[in-house]
Amino acid sequence: MKKLFLCLLLALPALGLLIGALNNSLGPDPADVLVDESGEWALRLLCLTLSVSPLAALCRRVAWLNTVRPLHYRRIIGVSTWVYAVLHFLSYSTFLLGWRWAELGEELVERPYITVGFAALLLLTPLAITSTDGMVRRLKRRWKTLHRLVYPIALLVIAHIVWQIRSDAGEAIIYSVILLALLAWRLRRH
Amino acid sequence: MLIKNPGDIASSEITPESVYLDRRRFMRGTGTLALGSLLAACGESGTAHATAPAAPDIKGKPLEFNPVAANADNPFYTAEAKTPYGDVTQYNNFYEFGTGKDDPARYAKNLTTSPWQVEVDGEVDKPGRYNLEDILAKNPLEERIYRLRCVEAWSMVIPWVGFPLGKMLQQFEPRSSARYVKFETLVRPKEMRGQRSFSSTIDWPYEEGLRMDEAMHPLAFMATGLYGHEIPKQNGAPLRLVVPWKYGFKSIKSIVRISFTEKQPRTSWEQIAPHEYGFYANVNPEVDHPRWSQASERRLPSSLFAPNRIDTQMFNGYGDQVASLYSGMDLARHY
Repeated sequence: MKKLFLCLLLALPALGLLIGALNNSLGPDPADVLVDESGEWALRLLCLTLSVSPLAALCRRVAWLNTVRPLHYRRIIGVSTWVYAVLHFLSYSTFLLGWRWAELGEELVERPYITVGFAALLLLTPLAITSTDGMVRRLKRRWKTLHRLVYPIALLVIAHIVWQIRSDAGEAIIYSVILLALLAWRLRRH
Repeated sequence: MLIKNPGDIASSEITPESVYLDRRRFMRGTGTLALGSLLAACGESGTAHATAPAAPDIKGKPLEFNPVAANADNPFYTAEAKTPYGDVTQYNNFYEFGTGKDDPARYAKNLTTSPWQVEVDGEVDKPGRYNLEDILAKNPLEERIYRLRCVEAWSMVIPWVGFPLGKMLQQFEPRSSARYVKFETLVRPKEMRGQRSFSSTIDWPYEEGLRMDEAMHPLAFMATGLYGHEIPKQNGAPLRLVVPWKYGFKSIKSIVRISFTEKQPRTSWEQIAPHEYGFYANVNPEVDHPRWSQASERRLPSSLFAPNRIDTQMFNGYGDQVASLYSGMDLARHY
């Protein structure tokens, strides 16, 4: 029940964008809004996914939080990160590029921030595919090794946003600091 | 001949303000709490539209001006569909008020635009602090309908009201040593929240410049109005430059200083990223921005399922008028 509620909650931004798109209420440049918003939600959810382990550690340590089990929800948050990353890529290639393959290929090769963003999406995909119980069982110890891919993914995502800074680095700095702090916490534990 | 013109836009062309109010609400919603936006969108059939004013409203005082002659070979005119007033005034880059497209419309209200003075200095015989009224008294208003192409690959068509830049500059009597003209935007962090941003890399004031022959070109324009009315603060009130054959960032807003110089001035974007933004910044589909293509543009308003994507024209379509200014120059090097 709680998990279903979480799924619905995570679907809300996408629903909001869908309604906005159908309503034609996303402003004079709706393609840009869709690409920006889906990307930013993927970024927020990546931060949230990486926060689950530290939160779980915190809950174990603090008596009155002992009953909270953040790890139960990690899979849903992780998969939704991938879903928003896919929406980000699809809205970019559909609404901004109109699926002109030549131009898409050119952008992927010539624009480094797009190259690293696309690499992050490619690396996220096997993690989403192997998120089922069956896959976890089948892969055994290798599952954990495979899912450590999320660390290079986070670094690629940082490169993706930092490479797009124009005159104001505010948001890029905030998200990068959060991601780097979450990675640092893991390094300290290993 | 001066005739009173209340604005020539048909009411059917203007997007109702209620639609924009909905949009602002929506954009804020997705950024912070998606639930709110969802409810707002769902509630639309009920009350959302009923509370917002239904009439399209153009803000600001109507201006008296000489309307542009609507014929195809007039370079001051284009028959292309005008971008609706709501889009022109609610989708802006004016980083003094924030880097979001809707920040200027939201935050520029606090700007004091009267009284306004323009400081004129450098290689000029009549330097000094000029009151805006005195400048306006010498420069009767006229209309221009220009394409505006942003370096970010979107574009608009805007009916401006103002006067030719060259005519105003001549009133200051520049010396023959003046080879460039530099413009500065107001610095007033108290009223311009973007200037208080901790993370901005712009070294305020925002600065732009033109070569003297570019500035004297009849297409170069000082705007004090749009759609027949006083220019809104988010569009650069009370006085802004419009250089239609160059990327939009050259068209500096809310000007407080004009300096005539011998040497090419350093512009703000050149200083932030010299490999991405040059001094000339002429619209050029063949020279890409390092991070995106300039071959085409999205003419606003655009929609998802019929994206209004058009080919970008050399000099934004003003090549017949301005190409001679650059003859013999390598435009890939002087981007």
